Amino acid sequence: MKKSPVSMTINGQPVEELVEPRTLLIHFLREQLNLTGAHIGCETSHCGACTIDLDGKSVKSCTIFTLQAEGAHIRTIEGMAAADGTLHALQEAFREKHGLQCGYCTPGMILRAWRLLQENPDPTDAEIRFGIAGNLCRCTGYQNIVAAIKHAAILMAGAQQKEAAE
Amino acid sequence: MNEMSPVPESRQDREAKLEGMGCRRKRVEDVRFTQGRGNYVDDLKLPGMLFGDFHRSSYAHARIKSIDTSKARALPGVVAVLTAADLKPLKLDWMPTLAGDVQAVLAGDKVLFQNQEIAFIVATDRYIAADAADLVEVEYEELPVLVDPFKAMLPDAPILREDIADKTEGAHGQRRHPNHIFTWEIGDREATDLAFRNAAVATKHLIPYQRVHPCPLETCQSVASFDKIKGELTLWGTFQAPHVVRTVASILSSIPEHKIHVIAPDIGGGFGNKVGVYPGYVCSIVASIVTGKPVKWVEDRMENLSTTAFARDYHMTAEIAATPQGKVTGLRVHVLADHGAFDACADPSKWPAGFFNIVTGSYDFPVAHVSVDGVYTNKAPGGVAYRCSFRVTEAAYCIERAMDILAAKLGLDPAELRLRNLIKREQFPYLSALGWEYDSGDYHAALNKALDAVSYPALRAEQKAMQAAFQRGETRQLMGIGVSFFTEIVGAGPSKNCDILGIAMFDSAEIRIHPTGAVIARMGTKSQGQAHETTYAQIIASEIGIPAADIMIEEGNTDTAPYGLGTYGSRSTPTAGAATAMACRKIKAKAQMIAAHLLEVHHDDVEFDIDRFVVKGMPDRFKTMKDISWAAYHAPPPGLEPGLEAVSYYDPPNMTFPFGAYICVMDIDVDTGVCTTRRFYALDDCGTRINPMIIEGQVHGGLTEAFAIAMGQEIVYDEIGNVQGASLMDFFLPTAVETPVWETGFTTTPSPHHPIGAKGVGESPNVGGVPAFSNAVNDAFTFLGSQHIAMPHDPWRVWKAAEALGLQG
Ligand code: FES
Ligand code: FES
Repeated sequence: MKKSPVSMTINGQPVEELVEPRTLLIHFLREQLNLTGAHIGCETSHCGACTIDLDGKSVKSCTIFTLQAEGAHIRTIEGMAAADGTLHALQEAFREKHGLQCGYCTPGMILRAWRLLQENPDPTDAEIRFGIAGNLCRCTGYQNIVAAIKHAAILMAGAQQKEAAE
Repeated sequence: MNEMSPVPESRQDREAKLEGMGCRRKRVEDVRFTQGRGNYVDDLKLPGMLFGDFHRSSYAHARIKSIDTSKARALPGVVAVLTAADLKPLKLDWMPTLAGDVQAVLAGDKVLFQNQEIAFIVATDRYIAADAADLVEVEYEELPVLVDPFKAMLPDAPILREDIADKTEGAHGQRRHPNHIFTWEIGDREATDLAFRNAAVATKHLIPYQRVHPCPLETCQSVASFDKIKGELTLWGTFQAPHVVRTVASILSSIPEHKIHVIAPDIGGGFGNKVGVYPGYVCSIVASIVTGKPVKWVEDRMENLSTTAFARDYHMTAEIAATPQGKVTGLRVHVLADHGAFDACADPSKWPAGFFNIVTGSYDFPVAHVSVDGVYTNKAPGGVAYRCSFRVTEAAYCIERAMDILAAKLGLDPAELRLRNLIKREQFPYLSALGWEYDSGDYHAALNKALDAVSYPALRAEQKAMQAAFQRGETRQLMGIGVSFFTEIVGAGPSKNCDILGIAMFDSAEIRIHPTGAVIARMGTKSQGQAHETTYAQIIASEIGIPAADIMIEEGNTDTAPYGLGTYGSRSTPTAGAATAMACRKIKAKAQMIAAHLLEVHHDDVEFDIDRFVVKGMPDRFKTMKDISWAAYHAPPPGLEPGLEAVSYYDPPNMTFPFGAYICVMDIDVDTGVCTTRRFYALDDCGTRINPMIIEGQVHGGLTEAFAIAMGQEIVYDEIGNVQGASLMDFFLPTAVETPVWETGFTTTPSPHHPIGAKGVGESPNVGGVPAFSNAVNDAFTFLGSQHIAMPHDPWRVWKAAEALGLQG
């Protein structure tokens, strides 16, 4: 099948590639770019394992074609830790609060939580539960994920205050 | 000796440094998982790798008249198309199942369930493979479909398995009908009949447990790579039991076992789905042999839900005999088990109904009798233990519902009835009427603690007031209180009664201590999220006094790990956990010799203390495990082999019997059927607790799965065998919004026969949780005369149940 050029920015890096028009974004990320952090749990937009951040929104990357992401700014789990390897507050918090077991939902869950906290830096439990309702987890029962996101909110607020003070 | 450090470290500090058993050690696995650096099967990319996909049956029961693959083959990018005709010369068109039956790898003469595998397409990418799958043309002749297991053994039932139609003897004895698989009977039939004849009170009810699916977030997948020159096969896959897969692959393919390398990398949840061997695995192997290229097979969600490994589908008729005072005197259960088109249940080989004979539960039944009939239907094969030990959740559900039905009949409170019948602490070890020896327990303490935690009497008072208000027409809300007391049976198992295809169900650990005191340890089990890399290291840390941070755990590579039977049925801690402790003890014995040699005393004069061997009575004369490790390679005592390592294969003397008391409080809106969990309290006793944080996580996860099963999951078939709702649109996976908040508690009754007293916990919450939810829903309607409302308790069905009681308008 004929391929079309596509360009976008992923985790701050410009990307230019050729893809078949029907290639879903999740397959492009995983197979063409080897960004295997986002996972596939259904390919029908239900599970959220493939969640990435695209132009300021959480997007299930199995739901859109790669070509629809032309010019987009994308963040994936691979772009969460700092360049020096320091984990993001959400990554720390998920570990601290035991917010993951098999780890399969985790990259999507963390990306979703990150966007949620951008929009609502101090969410209640109920707001977190509603905010992550598009992401399924089969292992944890969500309780510790909610705790992890709350904990991350505190860590992130603390970091911001520190920054402001400096 | 510690001349170097002037201020000796406190015992607490030394203890804490180890991060051993009992501490909430953070998980090692999370470092890679939170960064998206896990290594799951679908992440694997090999040079020249091809993709496989299936063409599947549209019908549940039909004769295949012809298969035309020419259009599929003609599609550019398609490398091969395999059908049963291609597998037959290799004798791979059928494969043995774990239950002693055979299963078609690709359907040849006829299809027996919808979505059965017919052709395997191999192409250069997954899109082309999917395109080509649609181009395969199959001509069918439709046959009458058998969906209802209760009609399976009627004289005029359509015969499903023509391949074994006239075999009157199956893997588990006599077959009475071509659609009959086995009858399994246990207990004393006559004594039980007598108990019922003499019973003052008796109850009898059909308690169905619907067909569900484990549905881990990652589906089943494999990558096979056959090296023609070396004659070696490497197989990566989602395997809960990689060593067994290697043995089965060797038997099937005739490739010698040492030339098969099976690797289970990180697994995205298993819950029983990834125990069996599926046609996809076999086809990826054959396709790699045929094409000479690595071949990847990845199941999609629809295929997962409709073909690999359903669970439950047990139709249980339970009868209890009792005295008017509520003392149980006998239990009789008959089960009609729907096994689908092939008997592919993942049970230990001699146990066609798993450990269903745990059905006497936590109660002191003097006599009991159980019979199970397995039958074929035109549904997908499976019958796996979905987050439970083999058929234990079915058994727990059966007895816990039956006890509530009896309580209602006697007019007794369900908790009170349980307290009158629970096995007493002094009765352990307790031999059950159906043959199990329960290892340890303090059931009354556990139930009383749970009742206190929720202020049970106050809840019952509130419920009474609400019922009165309901009857006065002042509210349309009802309240249900579900009590469940369960006994699990895990850790399969002793070789005297447990094997899989003849291999005894031991498990293993191999521990090597390097000269610097760093450790690598490998086990025969395989984590799918249970955090073995974290917890096994804690066992080793406590046993031999080396910090968990210096211990690396590896599983899943059959080339390097010792043979083991894998992870399911909460068996890892009871078996490989025990093997780990035993291997540590071998190492410790040698370490003692080395320490004594270094300290120039007799080995009886040194003793182990946290992280070192000390000369008795002289705490400042010691050698740390680090000193000893170095000496083991540098200057071993004369006559002693250098090195410090050990292997243990642990054959458990008995199963372990975790237990717990769960209480669920449910508010139900009669007009909408919506059930809201107000409160859920789970008390677990899993013996010695290795990592409380991980235990709580396991309990949360298991309860959430129990909630899903009780409140919404079902794999439904229509009358012509079309599978309804095999997608995440229809199959209920709760989101964070519906999922209740969990409260947990515990008691600790160590297993007397396990080296560290641990019993296993991963599956208890599913076993105990399902009846707690279902009892809560049922309890809400009991005062209106309802006996049993079947699961799943989704709003529509609850509304219907209320309607049947005359509550709707
Ligand atoms: S894989 Fe995209 S939502 Fe499930
Ligand atoms: S941790 Fe396994 S699916 Fe969420």
